[in-house]
Amino acid sequence: MFKYYFDQIENVEIWPIISLLIFLTFFIGLIVWLIRIDKKYINKMKNLPIEENKYSD
Amino acid sequence: MEKFSYDNKIVKYFMLASMIFGIIGMLVGLLAALQLYWPVFNLDLSYTTFGRIRPLHTNAVIFAFVGNAMFAGVYYSLQRLLKTRLFNDTLSWIHFWGWQIIILSAAISLPMGYTTGKEYAELEWPIDIAIALIWVVFGINLIGTIIKRRERHMYVAIWFYIATFVTVAVLHIVNSFGMPVSFMKSYSWYGGVQDALVQWWYGHNAVAFFLTTPFLGIMYYYLPKAANRPVYSYKLSIIHFWSLIFIYIWAGPHHLLYTSLPDWAQSLGAAFSIMLIAPSWGGMLNGLLTLRGAWDRVREDPVLKFMVVAVTAYGMATLEGPLLSLKNVNAIAHYTDWIVGHVHIGGLGWNGFLIFGMIYWLVPKMWGTKLYSPKLANTHFWIGTLGIIVYALPLYVAGMVQSLMWKEFTAEGTLAYLNFLDTVDAIKPMYLTRAIGGALYFSGIFIMVYNLMKTMGAGVFITNENDEAPALDKKVVSGGSWHRVLESKPALFTALTLVAILIGGIMELVPTFLIKSNVPTIEAVKPYTPLEVHGRDIYIREGCVNCHSQMIRPFRSETSRYGEYSKAGEFVYDHPFLWGSKRTGPDLHREGVINSSASWHYEHMWEPTLPSPGSIMPKYQWLFSNNIDVSITPTKIAALRTVGVPYEEGFEDVAIEVLNKQAQQIADELKQGGYEVEKEAEIIALIAYLKRLGTDITQNK
Repeated sequence: MFKYYFDQIENVEIWPIISLLIFLTFFIGLIVWLIRIDKKYINKMKNLPIEENKYSD
Repeated sequence: MEKFSYDNKIVKYFMLASMIFGIIGMLVGLLAALQLYWPVFNLDLSYTTFGRIRPLHTNAVIFAFVGNAMFAGVYYSLQRLLKTRLFNDTLSWIHFWGWQIIILSAAISLPMGYTTGKEYAELEWPIDIAIALIWVVFGINLIGTIIKRRERHMYVAIWFYIATFVTVAVLHIVNSFGMPVSFMKSYSWYGGVQDALVQWWYGHNAVAFFLTTPFLGIMYYYLPKAANRPVYSYKLSIIHFWSLIFIYIWAGPHHLLYTSLPDWAQSLGAAFSIMLIAPSWGGMLNGLLTLRGAWDRVREDPVLKFMVVAVTAYGMATLEGPLLSLKNVNAIAHYTDWIVGHVHIGGLGWNGFLIFGMIYWLVPKMWGTKLYSPKLANTHFWIGTLGIIVYALPLYVAGMVQSLMWKEFTAEGTLAYLNFLDTVDAIKPMYLTRAIGGALYFSGIFIMVYNLMKTMGAGVFITNENDEAPALDKKVVSGGSWHRVLESKPALFTALTLVAILIGGIMELVPTFLIKSNVPTIEAVKPYTPLEVHGRDIYIREGCVNCHSQMIRPFRSETSRYGEYSKAGEFVYDHPFLWGSKRTGPDLHREGVINSSASWHYEHMWEPTLPSPGSIMPKYQWLFSNNIDVSITPTKIAALRTVGVPYEEGFEDVAIEVLNKQAQQIADELKQGGYEVEKEAEIIALIAYLKRLGTDITQNK
């Protein structure tokens, strides 16, 4: 029954495909970035809360 | 090198407010728990009946206890992570006092029966506007502080804070849209299925972005601080953040499985809920593994103990949540006390214990001293832990027992427990045990308060904590990766976070709204009569929705008990929808078909145990002496027309006449049954509404 009124939206099948594409693109980008990330940066960020008296940059 | 100071006073105030409202909110919760076992605790007063007390409890613990603690935790860590004082002291105090006034107005208006009827969004429109304004003040203060920072990059905790601000703002505004009828009364802009979808998109993400993301930020700051070692994996925390905010926003429809919500939306919600296990458990493991090599300290340090149990409770609740989103599990768990147990693992375990851990850590820091008694803190820890177990376990048992009883058939093919009350009797002992668990947890707070007062007495409060750091040079970060650049641009970062959460929201909401014109309208379904509108408003005011659903799922056990399953088209004129989420009492969607006798309802509302011996429902005797305010009827009709109910033009002019006629009919029917009551009495309107429920499509058959 739901199928019936869902059919009335034009090109309804494009919605899930767009969602999936946005999703995949973002996360692939994120993973690529994390693989190539600068170790120094990660270490600095990691220690930020516990090294409150050391200065940044 | 620049010298500056951190504002501790605002942190202290938010922290104290959290503790005070924590005590009040939990006390109200305890009252609600006792009411379920001893209905006499409803005190026969309209202000203290379960239907009004339950939203008071949830609002107090979520927005006052957890909310104030969130602001304390955020404001303390934000200043230190960014090496700057908060953006503007005046804004900080407007934020503080504004939030407390909102809490106070909630504490007054909810027992008075001013409610929208939408869970965790019960507050009426003037308070909603105040919330939006104060939330913006918080946002300006947050973003402003980030802009004047002396630390180039934002630590992951701050990302979680930004996501919290952005998402809660969007959720609150979209869900609160309504048409005011009078001061403190409005009708939801959305109706039926759409209202349900918007509400649970909001409701679920209130859990996600009010109770979870800010506290994950807090975990990422305070857990490393308390353990004195960096977070296990910073990379994991980045994945945790982005995947959590991307996925969470889609999960809302899992609150509406097997309802009249379109199937695709249910499946979407379920699928994303399962996916949520990954980021949630990634975050939990990241928290727990931060303690690797330091577990010996967990044995001694109460702060770490609280945090370990909190993170573990987070892990349990976020595994259980996705499992509850499986349709076959949900078919059993939905509408039962299982869900209440589940949320309290999150509330008492994750939020409560993380807050306690944080406060036990903050007070000695801000008062420049040591915790008065780690031993008492340990006692609090054990009483609290025991309290959670004694609270939650009976409710799991109660939920499963009752659900299976609802579904049990005899060999002859009839319902084994046709009388709903038999299933209530079976779980009443569990209601008592849960109250004991709650009382245990509650008593632990007083040990904490004593311990902290002693600690504060021993130290001196550091109102402004001095620090120094070099100014941030104005150079623009150009080298490095896009994400590093992104983190140095808070406005852009905020915008991207907004995009991430909007995608899920839009993808779910837009198709449902596009089909608005095509919702399978059922010709027999007509708008409520003016008297029924009044009756429905009384139903909303008394919080009936807190114990009674109006959604018959398409199961044999439900259609045998309640009649024809609920169709989407039956709710098109429901502003707001009243599907409910818990069946402490039976479903009422076809109450008009099941119980069409006005006299039965009359007796039942006066003294529920008369027609239903053993009922735990409160009495509603004030409905018999209070009269409805007919003068507002035309305004109500006009407001409902504005939100889309097709009353004919000019109907408001005859509405009172129509109302009086129907009221007289019901009064006459009652008279035949031997009951004399004025036709203006509220009970007449309520009976009119109850008699109408679910009859539209069944009458047509």
